[in-house]
Amino acid sequence: MIEMNADPQPLQHFVSEEPFDPYSVEHVSPEQERLFLASQWRMMWLRFRKHRVAVAAAVVLALMYISILFVEFLAPYGVHSRNVDFIFAPPQRVHLFDKGEFIGPFVYAYDYRLDMETLQRIYTENPDKPQKLRFFCKGDSYRFWGLIDGDKHFVCPPNGGTLFIAGSDRLGRDMFSRILYGMRVSLTIGLVGVSVSFVLGMLFGGLAGYYGGWVDDIVQRAIEILRSIPHLPLWLALAAILPVTWSPLLIYFGITIILGLIDWTGLARAVRSRLLSLREEDFCVAAELMGARPTRIIFRHLMPSFMSHLIASATLAIPGMILGETALSFLGLGIRPPIVSWGVLLNDAQNIQVVQLYPWLMLPMVPVIIVVLAFNFMGDGLRDAADPYK
Amino acid sequence: MLRYIIQRLFVMIPTLLVISILVFAIIQAPPGDYLESMISEMQSRGENIDQTKIDFLRHTYGLDQPFTVQYLHWMFGNWDGLQYQGGGLIFGDMGYSFEHNLPVNEVVGDVLSLTVVVSLASVLFVWIVSFPIAVYSATHQYGAFDYGFTFLGYIGLATPSFLIALILLYFSNVWFGTSIGGLFDPAYIGQPWSWGKFGSLLAHMWVPVLVIGMPGTAGMIRRLRANLLDELNKQYVTTGRAKGLPPFRLLVKYPLRISLNPFIADIGSLLPELISGSVVVSVVMSLPITGPILLEALRSQDMYLAGSFLMFMSLLTVIGIFVSDVALALLDPRIRFGAGSGK
Repeated sequence: MIEMNADPQPLQHFVSEEPFDPYSVEHVSPEQERLFLASQWRMMWLRFRKHRVAVAAAVVLALMYISILFVEFLAPYGVHSRNVDFIFAPPQRVHLFDKGEFIGPFVYAYDYRLDMETLQRIYTENPDKPQKLRFFCKGDSYRFWGLIDGDKHFVCPPNGGTLFIAGSDRLGRDMFSRILYGMRVSLTIGLVGVSVSFVLGMLFGGLAGYYGGWVDDIVQRAIEILRSIPHLPLWLALAAILPVTWSPLLIYFGITIILGLIDWTGLARAVRSRLLSLREEDFCVAAELMGARPTRIIFRHLMPSFMSHLIASATLAIPGMILGETALSFLGLGIRPPIVSWGVLLNDAQNIQVVQLYPWLMLPMVPVIIVVLAFNFMGDGLRDAADPYK
Repeated sequence: MLRYIIQRLFVMIPTLLVISILVFAIIQAPPGDYLESMISEMQSRGENIDQTKIDFLRHTYGLDQPFTVQYLHWMFGNWDGLQYQGGGLIFGDMGYSFEHNLPVNEVVGDVLSLTVVVSLASVLFVWIVSFPIAVYSATHQYGAFDYGFTFLGYIGLATPSFLIALILLYFSNVWFGTSIGGLFDPAYIGQPWSWGKFGSLLAHMWVPVLVIGMPGTAGMIRRLRANLLDELNKQYVTTGRAKGLPPFRLLVKYPLRISLNPFIADIGSLLPELISGSVVVSVVMSLPITGPILLEALRSQDMYLAGSFLMFMSLLTVIGIFVSDVALALLDPRIRFGAGSGK
């Protein structure tokens, strides 16, 4: 028994009169609360948004991918339209002011002369002939996505004039339009190729990671072997198999599948190592103990936690594919004309003598570098954002 | 250590065998064989067909046999019971080039050794250049130098080497009026080896080596910098600094040693990358290494020539990976004693 003090003395320390709130320290502002309650994907988005360069890269890529939908409309010329009078014309500059006077975007007409000594074609701008560009205008007719006939363009060459923003090639075809058309092939080949390697990588990586044991051993050996063959020669050899009789479209799919077939090893490794480490996590063990089936564990619990990483790795794998296609087509074993890709366009730039005379043939290089850079930046941002709880 | 090396060597053999089957399947895949198209072409030109020669070729390479027999012929040569009759990749006979009408061994000539020389020089270049830059960038993080090289590194990663080669060729043509292609002065092409030719090789080789090594260097700088930064932020570095270790000694003694590991392990991915790059670069710069001949062989479906080159490149990378594994084991006792055998 505790002896009660008959005469209680007031306590000798300060006691606050305010009502007691046991959670006062842990109070979170509504902002923080939103962050704490945010879903995984939302947190990733918040993380990603902080990475300025990655966001900029994502915007550039989004614009490019949207514009491949409307290439026919955006390109001033058709992909095969030849301008026989303007072979190897250098890039034309678009001006705004003519003799100090604003007249809107226009180009100066080209005067053509053949240098009889060097047999070089010489084009000079004629400052007396400013020709205004036309917008939302009628130009070369096309079949939109090969389905709908049309002839409306965003910008057209002036009436009776030319508009070669990036010069013209040996058949007088507009390089800028061809670069735009090439974008459609070059950009989609990366996506389709990555989808192929994504599926293969998930399948083999998942099998290896989930079952382990001899399945894992076999997949691991296969990956090691594939990785020790240099990719490009292997791609070349596989591309050389594609029969000459195939239509260009079939070749296109053949090339994407070849690119994806060799490239899945990186993704498979990522899936496998993620699965192996996640399998031991507490939440996974808990789910297993509660009697969840393997499919449920994989799709409900494991997949969401490594999907983000996979997307990041896939993004970083796309530039490799684009460069692979460019190299293949550059060497003449990839996409075949009349389908145009950046590599096909660069094929014309193989002869250094030609390039020295007509350096604008190297221009398709510029979008290649931009796209690859953008994918690298965006992939870096995604990778940092993939694990938002860190 | 010896056990480790032997173990790795034994892993190499099945790897190479599987690769050879794969390569053979690929070069076999196009329908028809070269002899058939050659015969029909000669017939259409009304030339005489040397039937004995065709029979000889057909017999030596087993072209009329099923796939497995052809493969065995190609790989292990011709056997009559237990009697070796010649041929076989493992005995150094790379088959017959139908396009050149010569044994592949005579077609390739110096090409293989030059490929090895150029690849090794590129690896050395990548190491020598990326090492100091990465260390400096990591120790002076967010300095002007660091930013400059991070930017350059991104550009280097994004620009495939054949584009760099094109740009270099273009500017050397415009500025100096000379071509920087090739590996020798034209005077030495086709000449036997001499000191003069060797000197000419050294004088010409730096451009292709620079071009081929550029993307690899960019990647290497990035990885080494990241690894070193990870190490530099660890507590033992702070402790060492607090105890008064001179900064340079501290850097060299611990963090640098640890971050060297991936530097050497990376050769496994660096070498295939360099060889891939060299294929296109050598076409652009017309170097007498594997690229142009491989491409020609693939185009004309000269199967043994193409197959030999594919095999050779794979062999090069497999040996490279082997060397890097051994070097890694020498450097890192954890791997040597089997703790890291699970990878």
